[in-house]
Amino acid sequence: MSNMNVGKMNDLTRFLIFAVAILTMPIWMDPFGGNYPDLLQKFAIYGIFAIGFNILFGLTGYLSFGHAAFLGVGSYAAIWSFKLFTMNVIPALFFSVLFAGVLAFIIGQLSLRRTGIYFSILTLAFAQMFYSLAYSVLTPITNGETGLQLAHSDPRMIDSLFFEAGAGLPSTTLFGLKMSGYSGFYFCAVLLIVGFFVSMRIFRSPFGLMLKGIKSNQNRMMYTGLNTKPYMLTAFVISGMYAGLAGSLLAITDPIAGAERMQWTASGEVVLMTILGGVGTLAGPVIGAGLIKYFENIFSAFNDTVLAEIFSFLPEAMVDYAVTIAGLFVGSGWHLTLGLLFVVVVIFLPGGIVEGAGKLVKLVSKREKSTGGSVTQQDQPGE
Amino acid sequence: MDAIFLQILNGLDKGAAYALIALGLTLVFGTLGIVNFAHGALFMLGAFCAVTFNKLLLISNKVLDPTVTMFKAYKETPYLEIWFPDIGPTLIDYSVPLSMLLAIPVMLLIGFILERGLIKHFYNRPHAEQILVTFGLAIVMQELIKAIFGANPVPLSAPDVVAGTAAVGDWFGLGENVVYPWWRLIYLSFSGLIIFAVFAFLQFTTYGMVVRAGMRDRETVGLLGINIQKRFTIVFALATMIAGLAGVMYTPILPPDYHMGMNFLVLSFVVVVVGGMGSLGGAVFAGFLLGMVQSFASMTEVKEILPGIDQVIIYLVAVVVLLVLPRGLMGRAGIMDE
Repeated sequence: MSNMNVGKMNDLTRFLIFAVAILTMPIWMDPFGGNYPDLLQKFAIYGIFAIGFNILFGLTGYLSFGHAAFLGVGSYAAIWSFKLFTMNVIPALFFSVLFAGVLAFIIGQLSLRRTGIYFSILTLAFAQMFYSLAYSVLTPITNGETGLQLAHSDPRMIDSLFFEAGAGLPSTTLFGLKMSGYSGFYFCAVLLIVGFFVSMRIFRSPFGLMLKGIKSNQNRMMYTGLNTKPYMLTAFVISGMYAGLAGSLLAITDPIAGAERMQWTASGEVVLMTILGGVGTLAGPVIGAGLIKYFENIFSAFNDTVLAEIFSFLPEAMVDYAVTIAGLFVGSGWHLTLGLLFVVVVIFLPGGIVEGAGKLVKLVSKREKSTGGSVTQQDQPGE
Repeated sequence: MDAIFLQILNGLDKGAAYALIALGLTLVFGTLGIVNFAHGALFMLGAFCAVTFNKLLLISNKVLDPTVTMFKAYKETPYLEIWFPDIGPTLIDYSVPLSMLLAIPVMLLIGFILERGLIKHFYNRPHAEQILVTFGLAIVMQELIKAIFGANPVPLSAPDVVAGTAAVGDWFGLGENVVYPWWRLIYLSFSGLIIFAVFAFLQFTTYGMVVRAGMRDRETVGLLGINIQKRFTIVFALATMIAGLAGVMYTPILPPDYHMGMNFLVLSFVVVVVGGMGSLGGAVFAGFLLGMVQSFASMTEVKEILPGIDQVIIYLVAVVVLLVLPRGLMGRAGIMDE
């Protein structure tokens, strides 16, 4: 699907464009008011989450409603690694991905016995189970509603061998480089680019083709004598590991993990991102994740004063009305915008933004061609 | 013994709430083939019909308070009490059950508009897209309600007569102290009534027969010259109304807020799937089963042995049922089998 959208661009160019676009984000996000590290980090992290989700949903068509569980487990694992071993992020990443992968293997092993909506509900049920447990029985591990945080008295066994404990809470580092602010963003960005590369390789590999085959007709794949289960399970585990990685990065950039990260609405959010950007496309999920996080941060920051400024060109009497109506859609009501956007995208652009853009490009180029042929103003020899 | 009796009652009560929501969900799925994630939001809309009705009844005017003689004091008195001093206060007291008068036409209309305006374009689209569009719709409805009524729960009370507890222990010859809230008993019987009515409608009327035939094989019914589409639209409106009424009746139990529907949605989906997609009997049975199971799991004796079991038991049951019985408890072959 994806290779039709962008025409004949080859993978290397595509990858380079993606990498450059991500790394220069602080520059081109500036005019949009999105150039602050917190938001940029979120773009990259949720981009990873959505890419991983897309490997499952986009390639195999299995709609999981429980991916937030892996995100949550990744976060908890990362924080525990900080608490027990070291503030270095490499072990944290390792443990997060490992635990998320193991969990995904177990859940996948069971859920993948069913298809369609039954699969969705099974994953949802598992995720909700983890969410409820995190609040109740697992409180010693998850610290319940308060959320798991670092404490000064944590053992940090490896760190304590090398340094004296400082006065305040230590911050997460990559061999001494602090993982907050822009350095945190670049760390996430590099991982996002790596994640994108891996997902591209998966899309192009025989394994990816096999998954696409399962999506279009699983029965036929099985009739050819292929056991689809291991392929599905691998896709599920890879996808869970991406979610674990994203969860780990969330904990790295802001060392606190709460159970609400595992709630089913969080699973819904990643579905939304993927759909909005374009299911089964390479860059779509990242675009979707970026847009949603952008709206969430920018729109929710709007308030009546800002709106009044925007609408100040209107006659006096109308400003109030305009502010009231627009106020519904921004600030705390930005979810309304999100919901509407969602409905509109699913109705009119089931392929998401990437497909929409592809259609637009095709439309424009077709029009150019037709005008070039009939109208003599535009002579384009050799067409 | 008393405790077990109460848990059974509690389970029936919970189960009735689950079953009622799951019934509407299954009705829509069985007829239109639509996985409706907005069903929880419709439940919430129903609850807010009750809130609106209550607010309408309480539109007030300032009148002189005769009890204060020292100075002129004014108090807010609803117009209803001013105009009809005899029955006004009673009407206000009964605002929750009376608000069904508002909820029925409003919910039918909403259901009709939704089906004609949006849902009908999604009959032949993949289930994933149906889920997504109705999910988006649910967010829109929630946010609109939040914008109008605010984010805080709005408490509504049951009529005074049934505000207290019923001495159910006496009725069954158990202890004096076995009591249960009246309104929950009423909710239980209300659910039973609606469930019965839906089954009777589908089973014993010609209209219901056509609908059932359409659930089995839409094309053939269409070939017989019946406008099955029109009937399904009405079924959708009915399901919307049922969700709305369930919401209205639930308001004295849980003060409605804008995201109450979402909490019910996940549970009711689990109920539907455990019962078997498209099976009405299955939905009702699974609703009561899960309600009962959850009620017993939250007994302290059980929690001592298995801590936290009350939190996860429903999902645990769902997982086990789905893994053992692929189509749920009463699912028919050929539905959602792919």
